[in-house]
Amino acid sequence: MAEKVLMKGNEAIAEAALLAGCRHYFGYPITPQTEIAAYMAKRMPKIGGTFLQAESEIAAINMVYGVASAGYRVMTSSSSPGISLKGEGLSYLAGSDLPALVVNVQRGGPGLGGIQPSQSDYFQATRGAGHGDFHMIVLAPASVQEMAELTVKGFELADTYRMTSMILADGTMGQMMEPVALDLEVKPAPEKPWATNGTKMQRPHNIVNSLSLIPDELEQLNFARYERYRVVEENETMYEEYMMDDAEICIAAFGIAARVSKNAINEARRQGIKVGMIRPITLWPFPKAVFRRAADHVKTFISVELSMGQMIEDVRLATECKAPVLLCNRVGGMILSPEQVLEAIQNAAKNGGAN
Amino acid sequence: MAVVFEKPHALADVPLHYCPGCTHGIVHRLVAEVIDELGIEGKTIGVAPVGCSVMAYNYFNCDMIEAAHGRAPAVATGVKRANPEEHIVFTYQGDGDLASIGMAETVHAAARNENITIIFINNAIYGMTGGQMAPTSLPGQVTQTSPYGRDVKACGFPIRVCEMLAELDGPEYLTRVTVNSVKNVNNATKAIKKAFQNQIDGKGFSLVEVLSTCPTNWGMTPQKALEWIDEKMIPYYPLGVYKDRSAEEGTK
Repeated sequence: MAEKVLMKGNEAIAEAALLAGCRHYFGYPITPQTEIAAYMAKRMPKIGGTFLQAESEIAAINMVYGVASAGYRVMTSSSSPGISLKGEGLSYLAGSDLPALVVNVQRGGPGLGGIQPSQSDYFQATRGAGHGDFHMIVLAPASVQEMAELTVKGFELADTYRMTSMILADGTMGQMMEPVALDLEVKPAPEKPWATNGTKMQRPHNIVNSLSLIPDELEQLNFARYERYRVVEENETMYEEYMMDDAEICIAAFGIAARVSKNAINEARRQGIKVGMIRPITLWPFPKAVFRRAADHVKTFISVELSMGQMIEDVRLATECKAPVLLCNRVGGMILSPEQVLEAIQNAAKNGGAN
Repeated sequence: MAVVFEKPHALADVPLHYCPGCTHGIVHRLVAEVIDELGIEGKTIGVAPVGCSVMAYNYFNCDMIEAAHGRAPAVATGVKRANPEEHIVFTYQGDGDLASIGMAETVHAAARNENITIIFINNAIYGMTGGQMAPTSLPGQVTQTSPYGRDVKACGFPIRVCEMLAELDGPEYLTRVTVNSVKNVNNATKAIKKAFQNQIDGKGFSLVEVLSTCPTNWGMTPQKALEWIDEKMIPYYPLGVYKDRSAEEGTK
């Protein structure tokens, strides 16, 4: 058993990135994720890495684009309004099939919003981070340990599939402290023969590019990219099931909402209510199959979210309307209490689970 | 038979898409000549902009990256920092890309004295989109989006990039050249070579602004366009060195 250290979620991400071999970080200050930049500013110069505070989020994501083009592991981090600014770069990274890690420690919105935790960038992360047809691999940690583990996983998946991995955390996950074991297994980065790191006069020149003016060719590029996405969906979908064997009520929740829901589920079980939870760990690819299977025996789904109801759409799609899907939520930086979730479970149970 | 004229090795053997009389082709050649002369093709990574030279990635034999509009200096910063000892990095950008949408990236790369080379094509117009007003369009200049001539009261004054950046402590080398005569082409070659040599020597941010033509969107013959540089552009954008820090420090 490895020794555990007490860390903030944001620091765990930063340390795990270093363990994963990331030596290039670019960012711009924004609450509640600035600890990542501060950690990198301290550590990178000591290990021969690059920490650079960019002039904007836009510049930061394009510096990431440059390092990724050259074939090195690279990351940036931000919070909701800053991620909107990075949207252009995320689309270009996808269009050029570049691997990178982007962290979003979400805060309440829209607009400048607040600085307290939120999960209201779910649509942005899973549906439309930028223009054009593309996906990112979206990882949703629910503990400081997972902040570290999924950071390493994020780099590996990004390299394997030449995609952006996004850690979709929230202000709570970023700020809270928990013991973390940092004996993480890291797979070395694969060869990147496509990288623009100088021909050394030994190969034809490489081009990193997202421009394709011939419609036939651009269509084929999109088809090929989506074929790769299909493989990701097949091989990399991650979720946790909690007390689902006999569940008649199923909570769908990720991140901090899943932590709160677990407490509510434990209390409801003590009261004899058959409730469980499916916690997606990858939000894209969404664990459709497990929800579809659950819909055969679950009478009511409750999507517990810190948003006005975003993931609920994926739950409804996955369960194919075989059971009602209710929403239990808080927004604006407010966090659900276990009591609120328990009440939602009790109400569903009162209605025979079927509402 | 003796070979008296050759294409530089760093210039790809493909037809360029530029309009007749456009000076992009000349500047591409000069950059390629310098890369050849310095023997750096194998470690050079170029960053193409969005604009007429968007497809510059096809025209150089070194590794190339196509950046988002205006972001080339940020992308170049990433490539350079990825491996500062090995990578020689240049961007090739037009006036809309560098001085309008990408102004923040330009100014901050200069302020950081980022050790990169920027080739800045100033032709006072947006060429690729069909001739709209650029941040460098001259007062009174007629374009598609200033059909009555650029009215400085309504849309402000042109930006002199070299003069503006020269106010910063950061940059190493800022110069403005043109390519409308043999003499000017020779001067431009020297400036471009110095801008690359500075990077090799670790001196930092070097920008060469090249006053260029756009006969198509200016509505002129190629010959008239070359004259227009002398008559209209140079008076507003004087040629010369605006900053050469190492030389200045050496004379102190």
